[in-house]
Amino acid sequence: MSYHWNWSVFLAQVPSGGTTYLGWMLSGLATTLALSLSAWLIALAVGSLMGVLRTVPGRWLSGIAALYVELFRNIPLLVQLFIWYFVLPEILPTGIGNAYKAINPMLQQFTAAMICLGLFTGARVCEQVRSGIDSLPRGQKYAGLALGFSLPQTYRHVLLPMAFRIIVPPLTSEFLNIFKNSAVASTIGLLELAAEGRQLVDYTAQPYESFIAVTLTFMMLNALVMVLMHRVEGRTRVPGYIGGGS
Amino acid sequence: MISIRKVSKHYGSFQVLTDCSTDVQKGEVIVVCGPSGSGKSTLIKCVNGLEPFQQGEILVNGISVGDPKTNLSKLRAHVGMVFQNFELFPHMSVTDNLAIAQIKVLGRGREEAVDRGLKLLDRVGLLAQADKFPGQLSGGQQQRVAIARALAMDPICMLFDEPTSALDPEMVNEVLDVMVGLALGGMTMMVVTHEMGFARRVAHRVIFMDQGRIVEDAPKEAFFGTPRSERAQQFLSKILHH
Ligand SMILES: Nc1ncnc2c1ncn2[C@@H]1O[C@H](COP(=O)(O)OP(=O)(O)O)[C@@H](O)[C@H]1O
Ligand SMILES: [Mg+2]
Repeated sequence: MSYHWNWSVFLAQVPSGGTTYLGWMLSGLATTLALSLSAWLIALAVGSLMGVLRTVPGRWLSGIAALYVELFRNIPLLVQLFIWYFVLPEILPTGIGNAYKAINPMLQQFTAAMICLGLFTGARVCEQVRSGIDSLPRGQKYAGLALGFSLPQTYRHVLLPMAFRIIVPPLTSEFLNIFKNSAVASTIGLLELAAEGRQLVDYTAQPYESFIAVTLTFMMLNALVMVLMHRVEGRTRVPGYIGGGS
Repeated sequence: MISIRKVSKHYGSFQVLTDCSTDVQKGEVIVVCGPSGSGKSTLIKCVNGLEPFQQGEILVNGISVGDPKTNLSKLRAHVGMVFQNFELFPHMSVTDNLAIAQIKVLGRGREEAVDRGLKLLDRVGLLAQADKFPGQLSGGQQQRVAIARALAMDPICMLFDEPTSALDPEMVNEVLDVMVGLALGGMTMMVVTHEMGFARRVAHRVIFMDQGRIVEDAPKEAFFGTPRSERAQQFLSKILHH
């Protein structure tokens, strides 16, 4: 059996009209980008906060952060997504649940996927932030406090600037993961890049073109993230600094 | 200036400090020595509340360090501390290291803070390094910057925790010279060190610690003349003849 290659399929009109298959792919890409970037912001914010809490004195706060990590890192992403999308609206107070169900379905899918990916990735970011802080010499915290900084000031001006620099490489891989993981949103019907690719297969029976296009686009996103993070690493490099120490 | 009264501290069942008492008068220079693990760092960190202690009382300029109502940040802002490993902030230039706490803690304007910082940098002989980063300086230079950073806060007293122990031997003197200058200028100092040359030159009193206790607390002349305790005698002969 021979495969009939047809790259011009992307320029064909979709059955419902109004756009081409390329248009579908681009809208999928836009959704993937919007989902991944917004989830990444959540992950960074929540992950940094929880990562800091993991390292502060006192059982209470670090306990809450530890619980968060255990919960969100150990439940499969797909299951978390189903909980956010299918289960949570049912167990929320009826008013809020119904209000959520009344909004545009695409927006429902998007918010559920964004929160899900954000908090899932946040748990992983949290552990990176914690290990970054823990890798700093203990004396750094003492030095900040001894100068009269409050504990929050010590984190803000002394510990976090170095901790974040140290964890740029692992954060890069989390950033890459969030793009890959965003594809699970297709399981609740969100038309992101992978879902559009599958839709194209269903409509045109040109699977290779579709999957090659989707694969290349994800690779391109990967490359972009790598370039971006590389620049972040370069811009924040500390002159003369050589690795952790104790 | 500093009054340490019957301070005891334990980690779980391990007693780090037992019944430590001493006083440091304004303008006095106290050297604290003793074998490794005897609790010197712990004691000096108790003075500015970096380590909590369970019993006893420490007063700094009349303010109780152990009192939960005390604003420790405010107290620490005026108690300079210098660490064994310098602990400059690696991501900031020397100038920013000198200025940041003045700005964020004392509320000084940036210009004033940089001015004051550079003046002290000059005093430790490093004005030319103002724009460098800590990682680009030698250990001795880093420690001098760390001393300048503490001085920029206009401290009422200075605590040193083995400030020369992490230095290559050829850099020890440049740091000690700065400290001698400070001492002769009348700064109140509590210095954990094994540099007995420094002690002989500027210390008023020497404290010897062993196993969490202050075993000997004597004027310099008496300490170097005839230490009373056998442990101090052994310790002295070890570090003086090596
Ligand atoms: N966080 C800690 N937990 C348990 N033991 C500690 C801790 N910090 C220090 N110690 C112990 O307390 C003792 C005194 O330590 P330290 O004050 O650093 O001694 P020194 O500065 O005289 O060498 C040592 O035996 C050390 O192992
Ligand atoms: Mg020590």
